[in-house]
Amino acid sequence: MMQDARAKIIFKHSWGDYFLFRLESPQIAKKAKPGQFLMIRVNDQPYPLLRRPISIHAADNKNLEIFFQIAGRGTAILAEKTEQETLDILGPLGNGFRLDAVYRARTAFLVGGGRGIAPLYFLGIELQKLGAGVLTLYGGQSLPDIPLKEKFKESGLDILCSTDDGSHGFRGFVTGLLEAELRRRKPESLFVCGPDLMMKRTADIALRRNIPAQFSLESMMGCGFGACWGCVRRIKKDDTGEWRKICEDGPVFSAEEILWDKDSHD
Amino acid sequence: MIDLSVDLGFLKLRNPVLAASGTFGYGLEFLPLVDLEKLGGIIVKGLYFGPREGNPPPRLVETAGGLINAIGLPGIGVEKFAEEILPRLRKIDTVVFVNVCGESEEEYIKVVEFLDRQQGIAAYELNISCPNVKKNGLCPALDPKSTESLIRRVKAAGRRPVIAKLSPNVTSIVEIAKAAEEAGADGISLINTLLAMAVDIETRRPKLGNILGGLSGPAIKPIALRMVYQVASAVKIPVIGVGGIMSGADALEFLIVGAKAVQIGTANFVDPAASVRTVKEIGEFCERQSIQNIAELIGTLKI
Repeated sequence: MMQDARAKIIFKHSWGDYFLFRLESPQIAKKAKPGQFLMIRVNDQPYPLLRRPISIHAADNKNLEIFFQIAGRGTAILAEKTEQETLDILGPLGNGFRLDAVYRARTAFLVGGGRGIAPLYFLGIELQKLGAGVLTLYGGQSLPDIPLKEKFKESGLDILCSTDDGSHGFRGFVTGLLEAELRRRKPESLFVCGPDLMMKRTADIALRRNIPAQFSLESMMGCGFGACWGCVRRIKKDDTGEWRKICEDGPVFSAEEILWDKDSHD
Repeated sequence: MIDLSVDLGFLKLRNPVLAASGTFGYGLEFLPLVDLEKLGGIIVKGLYFGPREGNPPPRLVETAGGLINAIGLPGIGVEKFAEEILPRLRKIDTVVFVNVCGESEEEYIKVVEFLDRQQGIAAYELNISCPNVKKNGLCPALDPKSTESLIRRVKAAGRRPVIAKLSPNVTSIVEIAKAAEEAGADGISLINTLLAMAVDIETRRPKLGNILGGLSGPAIKPIALRMVYQVASAVKIPVIGVGGIMSGADALEFLIVGAKAVQIGTANFVDPAASVRTVKEIGEFCERQSIQNIAELIGTLKI
């Protein structure tokens, strides 16, 4: 069940536009599952008015981590917060990755683009605890856009990186790296988070190769817990599909469910 | 003990704070954070007869001091509401208002006739003012004749009190409010959202899938307050103030200009416990001002 808590920032680190906060919030941290998110209030002023949905990057019994990129007015204000300040956080929200598939996955590829890497670290740690073989594929435009690569390695998670400009790892999109790896081995599950176009391409690859894949979607949200119906995506139902709430019904959906072309703004 | 109860004539509320339709889901969504029994009541999300999809995204855009929405009244329809939601709400000691929608006068009547057979509903709030379901924000509340006709027919068809939720997108709000009163409305909710838009300058596209939407939040509070002030002094039926209320202080402004009760809307997104916090803040104000009974404060604007 969600809680509204005051969480102290006990650690902050930044890499350019990317930020990592560790937040002290035992109540929420204990309940958090990979793929869930927080609604964070960035100020008590009327603009920006709404909370910002930020995925949970890591959690233990005491602390939560968030990893985010400055993407607009709200995250810019959030990035200014300093250690020892407290944040008003609401969570854990959403369903997270579907655990039946997580438990079944003996080998999994985690595919993250840019800030979409955030929830995959938490998932990777949990999969590792379950004894699964996990490979993370992490892509960004350039070397500064893949700041978490060392963190994965330090946690014992195998990771391969791609950059669009070739400044580090595979040259090209992370979907290209994925295709190259899939020619070598086939995982039992894909877990994906990143820009819409990257996720759409990954869904095409997963469906073509018949690999179960789950996608964590991003959206602006009003409330974050199903009350406002503001964050919807077209999800398969009968012939035409239906608008489903990302916050309450997601944010994770499977490759077969998401009707990418109906509402993506690529 | 300060008495926060207010009398709407047709119904007594334990305090003047209601949760506004469209911002509070079906009420149950807020149970982890809000004790519904501490509120004056809740107004559940607008219901058409059948389930509805709502508008294509993007459905929300933030603007200075506010939020433009073009949700388009998606919902589960009355049958599912009666089967799945109402039985759970009946176990909670709170007043439930249902916001009633319709594509036509006939649909409003059909919804009310169905809900009349269900237990656990105190009154209907007629949503005649949603700007997001027809082109260019058209709705019955833009015209006194269609307002009057619809309310008259719904009142004749149903057994419960009817509150008309009016639109601010009119030249004379007093004229529409008087038409609602004339038609037999038991109360008036003021205001629904202001017809608005936002544009992405890079793509030159509207920021909302529906092009136009309804502005809510602190940005609209002064307009809502002005309209409540004008209407409360022109009609005899109770006026319920809504529009940008974020705190007890905001709510008190509405009570002072004559609102018998208030609704908390967009604030529920920012602070899910905003409604109960508002009740608490009103109580603290009364204590500070030695007001024994909140009714003493209503309509006491000094000019």
